[in-house]
Amino acid sequence: MNSLDHNYDALVIGGGPAGLAAAVSATQAEARVAIVDDNPGPGGQIWRGEHRRPNSHEAAEWLDRARVKHVEFIGGARVYDQPEKGLLLAETFDGALELRYRKLILATGAREIFLPFPGWTLPGVTGAGGLQALVKSGLPIEGKKVVVAGAGPLLLAVAAYLRKRGADVALIAEQAPLKSLLSFGFGLWRWPGKIIQAINLKRELAGVPHVAGCWPVSANGEERLQSVKFRRGRKTWDVVCDYLACGFHLAPNVELAVFLGCEAPDGVVLVDEFQQTTIPDVYCAGEATGIGGLELSLVEGRIAGLAAADRREEARALFAERRKIRQFADLLNRTFALREELKSLPRPDTVVCRCEDVSFEQLEKQTTWRAAKLHTRCGMGPCQGRICGAAVEFLLAWRPESARPPVFPVKVGSLIRDVKPIAGKGQ
Amino acid sequence: MPETITLLINGRSVTVPEGVMVSTAVALSGATVFRRSVTGGRRAPLCGMGICFECRVTIDGRPHARSCQILCRDGMDVRTDE
Repeated sequence: MNSLDHNYDALVIGGGPAGLAAAVSATQAEARVAIVDDNPGPGGQIWRGEHRRPNSHEAAEWLDRARVKHVEFIGGARVYDQPEKGLLLAETFDGALELRYRKLILATGAREIFLPFPGWTLPGVTGAGGLQALVKSGLPIEGKKVVVAGAGPLLLAVAAYLRKRGADVALIAEQAPLKSLLSFGFGLWRWPGKIIQAINLKRELAGVPHVAGCWPVSANGEERLQSVKFRRGRKTWDVVCDYLACGFHLAPNVELAVFLGCEAPDGVVLVDEFQQTTIPDVYCAGEATGIGGLELSLVEGRIAGLAAADRREEARALFAERRKIRQFADLLNRTFALREELKSLPRPDTVVCRCEDVSFEQLEKQTTWRAAKLHTRCGMGPCQGRICGAAVEFLLAWRPESARPPVFPVKVGSLIRDVKPIAGKGQ
Repeated sequence: MPETITLLINGRSVTVPEGVMVSTAVALSGATVFRRSVTGGRRAPLCGMGICFECRVTIDGRPHARSCQILCRDGMDVRTDE
């Protein structure tokens, strides 16, 4: 119920690298800039917890710049509605907030893609980035046996992180075939910094088996996860473990942008060269405009922030850098494209929609996402299809539909505008 | 600010370092189930970042709180669907 003067020249949604860079770049003489994030602290996923326990020099620099430039951070607040242009509502644990803005920068990041397979709902099966986030939030992992599986470069980063925190990483299983990984490696010469990162990761993971063309076919256990069955070619085998950290690359979080009316064909928010969306004064930067990683998020964030502050020439000076990193992003997304065999992972009785417990066979009887929602309630639960949507799109080639308010499920109290009017307005 | 926080998980007292999420306290309490699915399945956090809603618990009588995104506070009363 806190609605003290939340009135901003630039409001940034999302406090990860793109949001931090955008907010810092948007600050200028007397500009009031704030970041809103649903996590209690800044950093997003990749820099989660950096404000409490610094690890990354780059994160520390951006967090410091945000402090020096007086960027306000509003944590634990999730935007769920825009009753009128320039006014957003956000829900917190203690009530709702009214946030007014002149320029809006969306830096809503990405989530992991999860594919259903038998046993994937067992406690102990988490996302890859998911387990990293849980450990960064305090989950003890020391001495636990972990297998990391799925797709994408995140797997290596997660495995290295977990190992550093004392986990026994038994296997890293990448679904992409070896030849894709090799050509990816050879293509890296254009980005020397990436080669150094890759070599460092490999060193940190010395002794951990990293298998290409390999994926989990089932997770097994009674009360919780006990083992995972893997497949590579025709061979299958079981690995005993405490956790399966499994994610199949990333998908942009476009729901808020779509809700605000921004065009997002092909699941990425459409932006112009200044990172402006199809809605004037609404910008978007980072993973929501297409999966590209940390460096692309930073440069897009800087461009968006500068453009929002009408520093267009300074923004233009960053275009060449952005172009180069985007080429890397394209290579990355081609390399880790999901293979056809993964479409046969779910068995008929495998749950696809975890909120409503809708099985794969129930979905196969439907013809569209809309029909599936109406007849099975798939995607109608609290996550609103954020988890099953990407899976269904991959398995059955259905596209999700437009986002409607609330963007996230909220308490009824928030829906009836349980917020105090801003001084000078309303009653 | 205290360096440790003590809260109740299913009636059991658990002490955690300051700054950790409720999901961590639940795991430390020994509970493996956070919520029961609509058909009774055992569920625990999947995404770790507030998207999947599998980490839902009841905090101070308030149901459907996402334990992955809420910091532990002294004296919180947390219930899972154990």
